[in-house]
Amino acid sequence: MKLNYRIVIFALAIIFGIGFSAPSLLQLEDGKKVTLGLDLQGGLHMLLGVKTEEAVKSRIKSIAASVKHFAEREDVLIDNLIFDESSVSFEVLDSDELPKVKEFLAEVEGSDIANIGELLTLTLTPEEVVKTEKEAISQAIETIRNRLDQFGLAEPVVARQGEEKILVQLAGIKTQEEEQRARELISRAAKLELMAVDEERAARVYNMSDADAAEYGDVILSDVKNPEIKYLVREIPILDGGMLTDASMGFDQNNRPLINFKLNAEGAEIFGDFTGRSVGKRLAVVLDGKVYSAPNINERIGGGSGQISGSYTVMEAKDLAIALRSGSLLAPIYLMEKRSVGPSLGADSIKASMVALIGGFILVIIFMVVYYRAAGVIANIALIANLFIILAVMSLFGATLTLPGMAGIVLTVGMAVDANVIISERIRELVYEGKSMHKAIEDGYSNAMRAILDANITTLIAAVVLYAYGTGAIKGFAITISIGILASMLTAILGTHGIYQMLEARIAKSKNNRFWFGIKG
Amino acid sequence: MGKSKIAMVFSIVLVLASYALLATKGLNYGVDFAGGTIVQVKYDTTAPIDTMRDKLKGNELFSGASITEFGSPDEVVIRMKSTTGSVTVDIGDVTREALKGSGNFEIRRVDIVGPKVGSELKEKGIMSLVLAVIGILIYVAFRFEWRFAVASIFALIHDVSIALGAITLVGLDVNLDVLAALLTILGYSLNDTIIVFDRIREGVTNSKNSELADTINESVTRTLARTTLTSLTTFFVVFTLFMFGGEIIHAFAFTLLVGVVVGTYSSVFVASPILLWFGFDVKLYHEKLAAKAKREVEKQRMRDQYESGVM
Repeated sequence: MKLNYRIVIFALAIIFGIGFSAPSLLQLEDGKKVTLGLDLQGGLHMLLGVKTEEAVKSRIKSIAASVKHFAEREDVLIDNLIFDESSVSFEVLDSDELPKVKEFLAEVEGSDIANIGELLTLTLTPEEVVKTEKEAISQAIETIRNRLDQFGLAEPVVARQGEEKILVQLAGIKTQEEEQRARELISRAAKLELMAVDEERAARVYNMSDADAAEYGDVILSDVKNPEIKYLVREIPILDGGMLTDASMGFDQNNRPLINFKLNAEGAEIFGDFTGRSVGKRLAVVLDGKVYSAPNINERIGGGSGQISGSYTVMEAKDLAIALRSGSLLAPIYLMEKRSVGPSLGADSIKASMVALIGGFILVIIFMVVYYRAAGVIANIALIANLFIILAVMSLFGATLTLPGMAGIVLTVGMAVDANVIISERIRELVYEGKSMHKAIEDGYSNAMRAILDANITTLIAAVVLYAYGTGAIKGFAITISIGILASMLTAILGTHGIYQMLEARIAKSKNNRFWFGIKG
Repeated sequence: MGKSKIAMVFSIVLVLASYALLATKGLNYGVDFAGGTIVQVKYDTTAPIDTMRDKLKGNELFSGASITEFGSPDEVVIRMKSTTGSVTVDIGDVTREALKGSGNFEIRRVDIVGPKVGSELKEKGIMSLVLAVIGILIYVAFRFEWRFAVASIFALIHDVSIALGAITLVGLDVNLDVLAALLTILGYSLNDTIIVFDRIREGVTNSKNSELADTINESVTRTLARTTLTSLTTFFVVFTLFMFGGEIIHAFAFTLLVGVVVGTYSSVFVASPILLWFGFDVKLYHEKLAAKAKREVEKQRMRDQYESGVM
């Protein structure tokens, strides 16, 4: 028996395989492990879309709010302030003040300003609209990521997919309730608005339609606890959540959870100005279009902090604070695709695919030994090494093992012995022809080589295409098949060749072809 | 090759029957490609399918929903065409609410594929099949000869058609996993075909006999043991996957199972005869090889002359 370079490489490959697959197999604390896909460990996969047109709308709305605030601060009289999908228009009553107003409007990025007499119209440019839409998607990704990072699940995945889709993957969700909580947190707009109650008309709110309210520049909002209670508030808010710097859960004097928020300097100033001017009137605290409270303003409120009270549980208040803190979603999101697997189903899938793997493995191993005798045993060594190497490579790269991925491993067991079947058949042929053992082995390998390479490369082509175009769990199949094919070239071709070279002298001496290659007679 | 005619007729009948099935019964696209919702529910006891139907009745969302047993009597899947866009309360939540009172159950899986994603996946799926075939065609043409490539593509189309026919026959939902299985069949079937082709190439190159039919016959015979053996080992594992792999990969395993059988058959009985039909001219090939060898010799001679000249 002699060592050769092939057997050394093969031995190193086996050591590599066992070494790096150990953390995954034995579930060790340290070391890189294979990640189980959501279909095996249970979890939530979602593709979300963003209603970007809403982001443009709210951009327009906030421009309108700033126009209003500017006019009040500078004592410019304006009238008929209205807005639609992409423009804001209003009349300036004193034409002497037009230049001042225009100067202010010029500061709004990406807009065109037109004026006909005293009527000013500000329109967002098409480029600005596209930019706003793009920003809405980026901002949604950022916001959802921030929220999920604080939610308490390990390694949430939030990523852009394609141009306008958001991929969210949450592993380790245990219950339906937890899943729903996560979904609520993700999709919550968390848009905080402080709005002035229209005291002049408030009494008539129950007799008004939405259209009536719109005529006065008002909107009708309902109470969060009791939808029967309506409030008539000015449509353009005093300020919104963009000026929020912090939000946290606290408790009121009755030990009920509430949310404390702080505004930035600009917000604090606007808030102070407004409350100073509106003593005796009501201020509506509006969150996602629902009025949480509408306290009377008793005095000017400086300092820029406030509270949102409402009847929520501690859990709800906590999630709400997270959502507010992470910023509001500029545009609402909607569900495009969802795949949710419960942990018990994942466990069942692991069990079933393990049974298939072990069953298929045993059948193949027995078959190879019965048919090829010693050559079968050698092929089986290569096969076992192959399995370790697949797992090791996957662990090393942190690849994800999915259910189709498990099927890919099972399939590899059947296909990886192919190389050894081809080689053994070739060697048998040459032995029949009466070639020397050395020549039979060497020629057998070189004759088989071309066919094995061509066959494997075509399978690889299919696998690569599958990886490039596949989604989610299917990608896992492409990964295990590809690694399996590549590993089989190392184990089944190089590795077994090394073993034969090592045993060559012994095989030649024994002359027992039945034992070594299963050749009859 | 006497049997090859019978085999050809058999193949043509099978392929035509598959197309007839596809045309009449049609492929049953699952939620991945058609869009829709799947809710998998497991009960403590036998699933009360009638009660479930009653509970789901009345809600517009569930119109046309089908409830079928899934693997065992206490587990069912509800399939419906409708989807919802709300992130907070989706159709899965609605189903759970609706089923309340029908027994002790657990919702184990919810798949919602919106229409847009569905059509995107379909597009991508078709694209991946086409690309895989083109990639393989180019490789085989490059490694062998264009006739080999065309013959192997015929074999591939044969295999995929029959697999699709079988899927239609048993009425499986075509989802992403079935597509993956089809792509695997492409790779696998070609694997077999290439082993045979490799032998033919070898035979054509080495033998003096210019009768292609003889070479093909001999090559097929010589690789028959290997083809059978590998098909057997692959069949073993796919069969265990089919039997024990669980309900979720049932369609995947079934498609593979059909593919392994058909793929093996086609590499022996379809690809090689087609090669013959395309009139692969052995003499011409030999001449080409000879010319190539001559060119090489000539090149070498020139090089030697050049090098000696310089020295």
